[in-house]
Amino acid sequence: MPRTGRLTTAAALLAAISALATACTGRAADSATDDPKADVTLSFWHGWSAPGEVQAIEEGIARFEKAHPNIKVEVTGNMTDDKINQALRAGGDKAPDVVSSFTTDSVGQFCNSRAFADLNPFLHKSGVDKTKVFPKTLLEYTQFKGNQCTLPLLNDAYGLVYNKTAFAAAGITEPPKTWSRFVEVAQKLTKADASGDSYEQVGLMPTFHGYETTPMRLAAQWSPTYFDADGRSNLSRDPAFAKMLTAQKDLVAALGGYEKLERFRSTFGDEWSAEHPFHTGRVAMQIDGEWRAPMAKEAGVGFEIGTAPLPVPDDQAADYGKGYLSGTVVGIASGSKKQNAAWELVKYMTTDTEAVVAFANAIHNVPSTLAALESPDLKVTPELRTFLDIARHPKSGTTPARADGGTYQLTFQDFAYAVEKGGVADITAGLAEVDRQIDTDIAKAE
Amino acid sequence: MSPWLIGFSVFFAYPLLSTVYFSFTKYDGFRPPAFNGADNWSYVFTDYPLFWPAMRNTLWLVVVMVSCRVVFGLGVGLLATKIKTGVGVFRTLFYLPYLAPPVAATLAFVFLLNPGTGPANTLLDAVGLPAPGWFTDADWSKPALTALALWGVGDLMVIFMAALLDVPKEQYEAAELDGAGAWARLRHITLPNISPIIMFAVVTGVIQAMQYYTQPLVAGKVAAGVIGGSGQQLEPGYPDRSTLTLPQLVHNLGFQRFDYGAACVVALVLFALSMAFTALLMRRRGGLIGAGR
Repeated sequence: MPRTGRLTTAAALLAAISALATACTGRAADSATDDPKADVTLSFWHGWSAPGEVQAIEEGIARFEKAHPNIKVEVTGNMTDDKINQALRAGGDKAPDVVSSFTTDSVGQFCNSRAFADLNPFLHKSGVDKTKVFPKTLLEYTQFKGNQCTLPLLNDAYGLVYNKTAFAAAGITEPPKTWSRFVEVAQKLTKADASGDSYEQVGLMPTFHGYETTPMRLAAQWSPTYFDADGRSNLSRDPAFAKMLTAQKDLVAALGGYEKLERFRSTFGDEWSAEHPFHTGRVAMQIDGEWRAPMAKEAGVGFEIGTAPLPVPDDQAADYGKGYLSGTVVGIASGSKKQNAAWELVKYMTTDTEAVVAFANAIHNVPSTLAALESPDLKVTPELRTFLDIARHPKSGTTPARADGGTYQLTFQDFAYAVEKGGVADITAGLAEVDRQIDTDIAKAE
Repeated sequence: MSPWLIGFSVFFAYPLLSTVYFSFTKYDGFRPPAFNGADNWSYVFTDYPLFWPAMRNTLWLVVVMVSCRVVFGLGVGLLATKIKTGVGVFRTLFYLPYLAPPVAATLAFVFLLNPGTGPANTLLDAVGLPAPGWFTDADWSKPALTALALWGVGDLMVIFMAALLDVPKEQYEAAELDGAGAWARLRHITLPNISPIIMFAVVTGVIQAMQYYTQPLVAGKVAAGVIGGSGQQLEPGYPDRSTLTLPQLVHNLGFQRFDYGAACVVALVLFALSMAFTALLMRRRGGLIGAGR
């Protein structure tokens, strides 16, 4: 074949492939024309896997099916965001219609990519005023740039769970409210083991690999602003981040140093097992969600448990009671052909007070609607009361949704790992570099 | 059209050309791909902070892990052909670990090398040697992965055993008559005779190292304590990006960030590196085989 002929063939092949690839990935615009009164089977994916949680979901679905005899729901549990994303992109008959995700961090990505349908038209059609149904912070983390592509399905508040018996033994009468007192208490509760190289008990496992002790949850106590009004990353310009990182680095040093603590942490087991170090008395205070106290009780711990909000910086003592909020979200796949029926399920799960309260009671979570928070049917234990108060606190915060999902948080988290290890000499300069990276990643994702 | 051409087009040419095409587009799997020039290439090489650490780690594994595996596999193969009693038990002991699924084998190694509770460090402590952090220490995580690779060296042992048993005995007898010692026999008879097999082990080892994904990912996640939970996320590569490899980046960019364009760039880099290494080794192959003649 002559040279020009080969080139023409190659170019034609490339063009054909391009056209094919483009054609294969085109998607119809969001539309919902299905009849919600017709007989239909919905596919619902969720992430819960513990038997009690799965049972709670199934009971909720059974109540929904009883109220909507024309809608049958096929439930699939133990789904991660990775699997959900793959299935939504693959589409087809096997893809889910309704999806719930544990990761509020993914909401920006879900909304930006139009993986989930905008629920605003459905809310409007059903006469649901979302601002009167859901707390403001929860609405914040379930939408992106006005696209309400998910709704809250229960809420998680983060606070302090502590061993009251260990507190009494150390002569500590109340949970610490300020950061400086927190450091003192953590030190008092820390006991070296016989060798002196490790611990019999730590007051707190402060490193950012310690289960729920993430930089974002700790940063909430400093009330940070992640992005400025123009949407640019604000970490180096808001002193809250540098102050939090410095305080945390000092706490790590006060409790024995990064290496010694990490070596001790490597002896911990699975966060969700009965052998959690808080349950076994190896950690006296745990930064955790509302589920930890009931889980510890179910594990049969031999000490009294207390809960409290996380301490605040000394200069923000008046704001004691605030904390970090996130939670499970639920949305409708934009590729679903049964969106009106799917909306009936989503509406029921997220706005029906009885359904929300029953589910919250069953899995020990904070309810996600204003009505459910006030419901007399809500089983409020003294431990849960703390987290309900954190959820209601006007200065409790969350991490904003962005087009790159949780990538900006991972960039910050990676930097925080380096700081706590002592690998960063100038935190503010390092945060400026983090800002640059975050802005680059978000610009690429948008 | 010949069956070969169909297979080549469907399983090689089309995927490769598609990857090249997507590497020049912004594509998240939902919105149609949009041409964005060299943005993805520029992002991966200059703005993606995980790329160069992953490249360094992958090259480290290609050079160190593959060398160690080939040398150790050959050593075990030689021993298996030399020992007189208990050879069956010996072969079984070295081959069985190879059958372990990669995830299970990695979990077992994270447990064995746990710096706080693992038997390896308990033993090192008992004999007064320093106990490393293994998978929790950036300086030790790749040696720990290499140890895991050596543990599963059974496949190479079998291949080398077969090659060693094929070396003509008369060559050894003639060398012995000439007064050649064990080292001289190994260098001048054994190695030249099995050089094609060594080359096979090196080339396949390099390709495996280029595709090294499961073990470093599992080890990093388990050692970091993030094996599931209420939506916790973690950049791969714990500790300090030391277990990050290029295939993990393809997954991270493509299936976590849904930046298929950038993922295609990394995939193409991986492809180019594999081709370069293989071509280089195949050029050397002629010399090695020639030495055996």
